[in-house]
Amino acid sequence: MVSNSHPILGMILQRLALGLLSLLIVSIVIFTAVSMLPGDFASAVLGRSATPETVAAFQQNLGLDQPWPRRYFQWLAGALIGDFGNSFSNRPVSAVIGSRLFNTLKLAALTAMIAVPIAVFLGTICARYRNKPIDRFLSAITLASISLPEFFIAYVLMLFLATKLHIFPTLSSIRGSMDMLEQLHRMALPVLTLMFVTLAHMMRNTRAALIGIMSHPYIEMARLKGEPEMRIILRHALPNAIGPIASVIAINLAYLIAGVVVVEVVFVYPGIGQTMVDAVRNRDVPVVQACALIFAANYIILNLVADLVSIVSNPRLLHPR
Amino acid sequence: MKSEPQSPPIVLSVTDLRIEAKANDGWIEIVKGVNLTLRRGEVLGLVGESGAGKSTIGLAALGYFRPGCRRTRGSVRFGETDVLGLTEAKRRTLRGTQVAYVAQSAAASFNPAKRLMDQIVEAAVTRGGMQRAVAEQRAVALFRSLQLPNPEIFGKRYPHQVSGGQLQRAMTAMAMICQPDLIVFDEPTTALDVTTQVEVLVSIRRAIKEHGAAVLYISHDLAIVAQMADRVMVLRYGEAVEEAPIRQIMEAPSHPYTKSLWAVRSLQTPAKPELEPLLEVEGISAAYGRFKALEDIDFSIGKRQTLAVVGESGSGKSTLGRLIAGLMPPVKGTVKLDGKSLPTLVRQRDKDMLRRIQIIYQSADTALNPRHTIRKILGRPLTFFQSLRGAAREQRVIELLKMVELDPGYAGRYPAQLSGGQRQRVAIARALAANPDLIICDEITSALDQLVQAGILQMLADLQQRLGVSYLFITHDLEIVRAIADRVIVMSQGRIVDQGSRAEVLSPPYPDYTKLLLDSVPEMAPDWLDRLLTKRSSAVN
Repeated sequence: MVSNSHPILGMILQRLALGLLSLLIVSIVIFTAVSMLPGDFASAVLGRSATPETVAAFQQNLGLDQPWPRRYFQWLAGALIGDFGNSFSNRPVSAVIGSRLFNTLKLAALTAMIAVPIAVFLGTICARYRNKPIDRFLSAITLASISLPEFFIAYVLMLFLATKLHIFPTLSSIRGSMDMLEQLHRMALPVLTLMFVTLAHMMRNTRAALIGIMSHPYIEMARLKGEPEMRIILRHALPNAIGPIASVIAINLAYLIAGVVVVEVVFVYPGIGQTMVDAVRNRDVPVVQACALIFAANYIILNLVADLVSIVSNPRLLHPR
Repeated sequence: MKSEPQSPPIVLSVTDLRIEAKANDGWIEIVKGVNLTLRRGEVLGLVGESGAGKSTIGLAALGYFRPGCRRTRGSVRFGETDVLGLTEAKRRTLRGTQVAYVAQSAAASFNPAKRLMDQIVEAAVTRGGMQRAVAEQRAVALFRSLQLPNPEIFGKRYPHQVSGGQLQRAMTAMAMICQPDLIVFDEPTTALDVTTQVEVLVSIRRAIKEHGAAVLYISHDLAIVAQMADRVMVLRYGEAVEEAPIRQIMEAPSHPYTKSLWAVRSLQTPAKPELEPLLEVEGISAAYGRFKALEDIDFSIGKRQTLAVVGESGSGKSTLGRLIAGLMPPVKGTVKLDGKSLPTLVRQRDKDMLRRIQIIYQSADTALNPRHTIRKILGRPLTFFQSLRGAAREQRVIELLKMVELDPGYAGRYPAQLSGGQRQRVAIARALAANPDLIICDEITSALDQLVQAGILQMLADLQQRLGVSYLFITHDLEIVRAIADRVIVMSQGRIVDQGSRAEVLSPPYPDYTKLLLDSVPEMAPDWLDRLLTKRSSAVN
């Protein structure tokens, strides 16, 4: 790096480069792994009409007769501009997953907007009243909700809030034509389920990060200056805990996008997880590859953001000597 | 104490204070009925070794007890207020504004995420009723009086952007911002290098005089307290052993324990004749990345000799030890043992080379495996180097323990069951187990109390006579050099700035840096700092 530029710039560029490199490696792994799946796509798709000639024609049509590296680079070049080719059902992959991805992002964003502030707030409360009844109560609840599988939580919520009390619908199939309120109403149960799962994890980590910070001598110094305990947590401890809190939030956000298949299936929510499951079942390779790549990119980007947040929140790096 | 007709008002009075700390099985009393009074404008020194209860008493003056500590009896009165009778919320209003605290490690006690100014004016603005702008002006004035560089912009910096000595002065400013009636200084210069320590002591002393608060000054080093305090209380195991004006303590201590506080200073081993060299270091340079840690180091250690390497932190002395031990490669240069050059890294050296050079670290707590018994810790090198097993090995373990003056019954214990000094003796025995020719001792007594230090140094000298081993003794403490070194190397910024026999290095004429270093070591005399300042100002004029 150039020595007279800000060192943090170098670190950020390095992280970005590393992120791109991981993405490239992941793309190779995905492409190879999916290509090596057992079974012949052409015969699977063509079914009874799979004569040697039709299979060959089909393969030529899709470019499957090309050598591996060539197919990979064509796919990669397309992916870079958002063109993942055609699915085996002859629609463009982007059309198949576009609206689904949007739905998933909507669900994730809604959950995150509610869960993240609550998690940080409750985590702070727990750290402040450590080992007091409120802390023990919240810890017990979160431990329980981490331990229960998400489909179980989903069905319990469905049983009470939908079947018994009729507040929310059991099915969350939303369409673009519905108005905003209708969509929110239908998304309520999946959002609630996902909140239970992610909130607990984020809250416990916020608490642990803060309690770790609270054992530093500068916290004792703040007490000896007579600062009230809540101010110590908010003004002295929290700024030092941003890094670890950001990274656990990133993991949970990534999970909200890439890991919600089960919840989508339970509530029949038209998200990208379901799309991928369907594509695997139908051996629709281009769609599977695109989904996998999007999931990987999602993890890499969110972790990158968390990394950058913790770099930027560290005054040692932001303000060098 | 003079009892003048109008003695100043009492600021702090502690009566029969008893504090307990939680141990594995129940509570242990760590402060056992301490009484003290402190008047306005007075500086009382609290002196004692680690575990004497100094900090606990200092914190109790703020009505604060560390987690796991509780008061069982006694009272702390601040002016007219019974501090321990107040609610925690009321006590909080005293802290920072009327009673202030300066902690030992300023580097750890400043919040790394906040600018210095924000932390320094915090108490004044939130609870001292000061306008932010007024508080900042006052802080800048304090920075100036504490001789901090660029006082106008100093507060804009983050803690990691200023040096340790500057941070310690910033913390003094933080304590003084609300003009408290009482300031507790808890070992404010212990973490600093000697040359930095002098500057900080001078600044703190001047600020105390200008300020006129009552001060409780805590230190393990009587020589330092002598520069700062009017009166001294010597503590041992939570009890006051002796309390008297400073001159009386220094000149006629009434309790033998007080005298032992300068035990290392009274230790002196006889000089030994020079013999042929055991280890020769020729033209060594080393670097961490682009940072040059060592440059052109040349010296040799004679057989049965002790070579002391002195220097401040960052001078490269530990790097030198690691390099000789083969834990880090040099950029250039060679290390010769008995005239034969050694491979640079441990894994390239054969067993006999490994056996002949051993290393002992500063902290025996971390250098000994906590899950191994002493028997196993000493037995492993015996099996590895001497192929001893069974009864022969056991017998040698017992011999080694006796050599380092430990009870052979300790063989079955774990390191955690020994005291700090005993653990360091085990580490020495482990080095001896290899039957080495050279032992590299890296600050091995700096974490120990004076009396324990003196005992270990004396033992090392005796072992040298008996076994003929050579020591490379890395230390920042010139008292230790005076006590045991045959030859001395003075290092600064990766270079040797002075070397010679003990008599040559420690007596005039001195090169500049050696002089600075020697001058900065506090002497056991109350007016040492004054004399040093007079000397320095006359040198400047």
